[in-house]
Amino acid sequence: MPVIEVRDGTVVLGGRPVLRGVDLRVEPGEVVAVLGANGSGKSTLVRTMMGLVPTVRGEVSLFDTPLDRFRDWQRIGFVPQRATAAAGVPASVREVVASGRLSRRPLLRPMRMADRAAVEEAIAAVGLADRAKDGVSTLSGGQQQRVLIARALAGEPELFVLDEPTAGVDQPSQQAFADALQVLVARGATIVLVAHELGPMAPLIGRTVVMRDGRVAYDGRPIVDAHELEHHHGHHHPDLQQPGSDYVPAVASPMDQEPEDR
Amino acid sequence: MEVLTYPFMIRALLAAVFTGLAAPAVGTYLVQRRLALMGDGIGHIAVTGVALGLLTGTSPTLTAVIVAILGSVLIEVIREKGRTSGDVALALLFYGGIAGGVLLTGLADQSAATLNAYLFGSITSISWADVWVTVALATVVIAVSAGLSPQLFAVAQDQEFARVAGLNVRFYNVLVAVMAAVTVTVAMRTVGLLLVSALMVVPVATAQQVSRGFRATLLLAMGLGTLASVGGLTVSGLVSADVNVAPGAAIVLLALAGFVVAWPIGMLLRRRQRLAEPFAADPGVGLADDTDHTVVPENHQHEHGDDCGHPAVPHGDHVDYIHDGHRHAPHGSHYDEH
Ligand SMILES: Nc1ncnc2c1ncn2[C@@H]1O[C@H](COP(=O)(O)OP(=O)(O)OP(=O)(O)O)[C@@H](O)[C@H]1O
Ligand SMILES: [Mg+2]
Repeated sequence: MPVIEVRDGTVVLGGRPVLRGVDLRVEPGEVVAVLGANGSGKSTLVRTMMGLVPTVRGEVSLFDTPLDRFRDWQRIGFVPQRATAAAGVPASVREVVASGRLSRRPLLRPMRMADRAAVEEAIAAVGLADRAKDGVSTLSGGQQQRVLIARALAGEPELFVLDEPTAGVDQPSQQAFADALQVLVARGATIVLVAHELGPMAPLIGRTVVMRDGRVAYDGRPIVDAHELEHHHGHHHPDLQQPGSDYVPAVASPMDQEPEDR
Repeated sequence: MEVLTYPFMIRALLAAVFTGLAAPAVGTYLVQRRLALMGDGIGHIAVTGVALGLLTGTSPTLTAVIVAILGSVLIEVIREKGRTSGDVALALLFYGGIAGGVLLTGLADQSAATLNAYLFGSITSISWADVWVTVALATVVIAVSAGLSPQLFAVAQDQEFARVAGLNVRFYNVLVAVMAAVTVTVAMRTVGLLLVSALMVVPVATAQQVSRGFRATLLLAMGLGTLASVGGLTVSGLVSADVNVAPGAAIVLLALAGFVVAWPIGMLLRRRQRLAEPFAADPGVGLADDTDHTVVPENHQHEHGDDCGHPAVPHGDHVDYIHDGHRHAPHGSHYDEH
């Protein structure tokens, strides 16, 4: 029973095809890294999986349930690609992280002990325990990103979908985040992770998907970074569809990120 | 002071308390989603509603509620569908609302003074029926703002995350819009339609100066809103024998005065908080070891301590003192530069 299944997923945004016939199955317990250049459709792919972007063709199912009938949202933790966790009114780290428990709380019912414990644990997991009462707008960009990670952790989901969660996060915090992921993986969680640079998370990855121009260009054995794909070009590599047709993805390095995207 | 015990004044004060609580509650959610001017837009549209009531001889409060709710839902739809042109479409709606109101009032053969009572509030025109409608509607708004605050907070903070948490984002967006419309009509008798938005936004802006969390901001804004609306109304009532001060003007000026007082306090608080933030503990620099450190060069006479006047900032396992822009760390008999 796949956790995520996308069949012939096709998405059009602003009149332009952004995803073109994507097929992807993620099985329980898999840890999948999604790599690709800026604008290759990585975010659109994960947003489509979360039902945030409508498909013009194809089907998406979560936990064997078609998206439009899916209601078990507490099984999912999502970290959107975002530069900031702040809004127009100050909100403390604890308040933002607590909203990650919403899918588990009945309407009009206050937080229970288990909810509070999960929130504190999630804040500690990203190393912000001493900042829990501070407003998120007073934190640095990387710290805000860690707040968004904690918010997803707080819901104790089975499936984690993270869109560049560690962009702008320093090395020790990336390590702390990788350790938190490791615990989840050991518990049997399924993880889909969009990234430009895997860093300390690399050892966790069991499978890599490379997006290029709205299509899946590579799907198989993990590669640390898409450069390796180019590097192996010409050598014998059993998992890669060779030769130099348009199937070898040209993927930009992390240095190529446009500043506007941050 | 006697004026405060007059029946009309008691009615007005009762309405003011509930308005003062409800308006900033809704206003907090509007400010959070950066729609501070939404209340203003709804107020303009409600002018047409009032005029419709005057023209048809029905209760202006009733027609104002209906038109304001329709208008707020329309604004929400335009906001969701439109991208760049949404802004302009909203402006058209606002101006249409107020122009239509003035036109209809003329047709109804009512004077500008009648409309004025709705635009800027009027203490004497409030009937008991108005008071009960105000109290009932405001209670509903306050109950929803408080009861659904986790959901409303999540939706306003991050719509995409809220959707993936299984919340019906469109429902909550429309709910906030309708609550804003109801609040505008509730506040119409005390602050008036053209100034109601100020009572929704200014207390929130004031509360933000000193609060760090959302809940604290919401509660403080409600308290400040009540103070301003009761205070402004009282002032307007006390001077009414001598000069005519519209209650709306007095309430809003009082709320603004609160902001003017809170602003420098907030600046000071934020500055102190920034100064007290610990320096990053960086092993090798943070630990005062004998091989690698710079001794403060000049003859440092001053003894740093708890009350020496120099900000003490935690740095790893010890404390640095900020002295003329330098970080001084005690090391045995002298100070090191950190
Ligand atoms: N709302 C939108 N309307 C129109 N086009 C869009 C929209 N969102 C994304 N696109 C386009 O879709 C393409 C894929 O965007 P997407 O955000 O999925 O890229 P990405 O792989 O996540 O890139 P990045 O590494 O920069 O995050 C881009 O060409 C982008 O211009
Ligand atoms: Mg992206």
